[in-house]
Amino acid sequence: MTSAPVAGALAAGVERDRRRAKRKAAWRRRGLVLGLMSPWILGFTIFFAYPLAMSAYLSFTHYDLLSSPRWVGLANYRYLFEQDQLVWPAVKNTLWMMAVFVPAQALFAFGLAFMLTRARYGVGVFRTVFYLPALAPVVAATLGFVYLLNPGTGPVNILLERLGIPTPLWFDSPQWSKPSLVLLGLWGTGTMMIIFLAALIDVPRQLYESADLDGAGPLQRLRYVTLPSISPVILFAVVIGVIDSLQYFTQAYVASAIASGQAASEGPTSIGYPENSTLFYPVLLYLQAFSYFNMGYASAMTMLLLGVALVVTLLILRSSKLWVFYQGARR
Amino acid sequence: MRRMLLALALVGAGLLAAFGASARGAQESTAAKEPVTISFWSPYTARELGILNSAFAAFHKKYPWITVKSTGNTNPTKVTAAIRGGNAPDAVALFETDTLGAFCGSGAWIDLASRIKADRVNMSLFPKTIRDYTLYGDKRCALPLLADTYGLYYNKTMFAKAGLTSPPKTLAQLSAYAKKLTTRNSDGSIKVLGFNPIMNWYENAPAHWGPMVGATWMKDGKSNLAGDPGWAQLLRWQKSLVDAFGYKNLVKWEAQAGDEWTASNAFETGKLGMNIDGEYRTAFIKADAPKLRYGTAPHPVSKPSLYGSGFVIGTIMGIPKGSDHEDEAWLLLKYLATDTKALTNLSLGLRNLPSTLPTLKNPVLRKDPRFRTFLDIFANPRSSTQPVLKIGAQNQTLFQTFIDKWQAGHVKSQDLVPGLANVDKQIDAAIAQSGQVP
Repeated sequence: MTSAPVAGALAAGVERDRRRAKRKAAWRRRGLVLGLMSPWILGFTIFFAYPLAMSAYLSFTHYDLLSSPRWVGLANYRYLFEQDQLVWPAVKNTLWMMAVFVPAQALFAFGLAFMLTRARYGVGVFRTVFYLPALAPVVAATLGFVYLLNPGTGPVNILLERLGIPTPLWFDSPQWSKPSLVLLGLWGTGTMMIIFLAALIDVPRQLYESADLDGAGPLQRLRYVTLPSISPVILFAVVIGVIDSLQYFTQAYVASAIASGQAASEGPTSIGYPENSTLFYPVLLYLQAFSYFNMGYASAMTMLLLGVALVVTLLILRSSKLWVFYQGARR
Repeated sequence: MRRMLLALALVGAGLLAAFGASARGAQESTAAKEPVTISFWSPYTARELGILNSAFAAFHKKYPWITVKSTGNTNPTKVTAAIRGGNAPDAVALFETDTLGAFCGSGAWIDLASRIKADRVNMSLFPKTIRDYTLYGDKRCALPLLADTYGLYYNKTMFAKAGLTSPPKTLAQLSAYAKKLTTRNSDGSIKVLGFNPIMNWYENAPAHWGPMVGATWMKDGKSNLAGDPGWAQLLRWQKSLVDAFGYKNLVKWEAQAGDEWTASNAFETGKLGMNIDGEYRTAFIKADAPKLRYGTAPHPVSKPSLYGSGFVIGTIMGIPKGSDHEDEAWLLLKYLATDTKALTNLSLGLRNLPSTLPTLKNPVLRKDPRFRTFLDIFANPRSSTQPVLKIGAQNQTLFQTFIDKWQAGHVKSQDLVPGLANVDKQIDAAIAQSGQVP
């Protein structure tokens, strides 16, 4: 009887063909997926992966942008952690911005959005008015604030003087320069307000009705219904705020140059004015890279910034398991 | 007969030599007469670029085969990008003198030493200050395009009103005059300020004020701010005047003083009695406030021997590596740096100082006594400039950061010299990190 081995061989052959066809189909699928993803892969490689890899490499070199990079090992990192006395003030300023501006922005945007959900008349007008500053170019908005908060002729100090309130030096004072930047940031927080507004409108009405039936007051409704319902948006606001704080640059650069009266000068001596209180980490990084042609060291600074951003974002995302609630998700 | 033949032979040889030489010269110029267009990038814009372009027109007359394609509004970032991209201009001028260390140290600008030697350019045409700020280590990658120097401007109307007859010559006089010229509003705030002692405002910078006390930046390749007693002396004097007016009062006054580079400049509008500024201010005043009665003088000093000196700096010109027309670019640089007629016209047009000492004697330039002050400061052998370092202006930024704290009263008097020593330490660390060999 030879039919059994033949049948077996046939079955094996069919199985092999089927597997081959499956593999072929899988490759075709992969090819299709890769083809569809290729624009993103190309963009990611050119604009993210390659610059990141280059930055990592350059951080171990002395590179002045004009001559070839020269390998210096860990020298840039040693200078960063042991010798550059401007790094710590820049880190402190950046952490200050993160600790103060991120919660302030989230609270302010939430407060505005919350009030808009309560308004009965003119909601559209108020929404537009509160959102409009977000459309102002950052440089123009900063110039406007430096003018408004001018310690000598600014309308804010004129008003404060008339009311008999002490007048700060605002952008000219190391104590007030960062709070002035926070005010500027809060003024332009329209985008975040719109996101909070959408989240607040999206909170299911029946949850409030149930809370009312349970006898919850306004604060309890806020604590047990509103905040948990919009917690994913709060998480989004915090993560975006932290990343923005770590990259805080334009406002500080413009404000320090204008307030110091050195905007048109050729040197970078006004950056960080007054007394390095507006010297944020990205500002220092920029100075090193493009004013002092110290790109190798600036790359080392970039690596540190990337590491800190990753750690902070991971910490926030980890902690979010404790305070972020997703509708329909099990806890 | 023999003698006659010998004489004829000598004359013939002489003639041959002469014709040969002129023929060689002609050959050089003939060879070079292939029309060439070279690109020149400069930071000038608008009216000033027009004046520079007229110098190029004169250059074209002298070297008819070379046409200059002029582009304005450049800066070190643009030049760096062009060099990196392989699209460098044939020649470039920059206001940022302190970037020479980066361009020269990296080899991005070629060393001009061999061309200077070959063409026998007499470097003693330039004052020592210029020779210093166009040199990085032992490489001379730049030639000067005009220069700036700093002196005292004073408002004659305000002086007459206060009973002052001549400008201050010492730091003590400057303090006394500053207080005398200052008037206040009813609320105690400053209305008119005699002199603003705050650094990092307008042209108030340690580099510009250092010559008032003869202070130096470096010693043996190391930062010397604490080692040179001049800096501490200057800062203590400056702080005493800040305290006399009140730091907060001065900051408030500054905030409404007007922009330095517009017609609202505090000195031009009569809000400031005295100011240390560059020679170019004479042109600004002529345009913005022609009725202002003012005088100029060397800035006050700590000891009489320093009187008449000042800070000198200027625009630098170089040839980027990869220039397609190095020879022609060199001819242009040499012309702009040394041609007396070109320098005179540029100086008159831009109201900057001509870079060579012989041009300073030109009576056309010396006509206005207010401008003449700066010509004399420029020629003064005790005038000084800033060091050329690979870290660019980082030393000045670090120093200014310390001064910001000092003048605001956030550094105790006894901590001044230790504070300066710490700035030295930071500057030295930055220099070492930059890879510059002392």
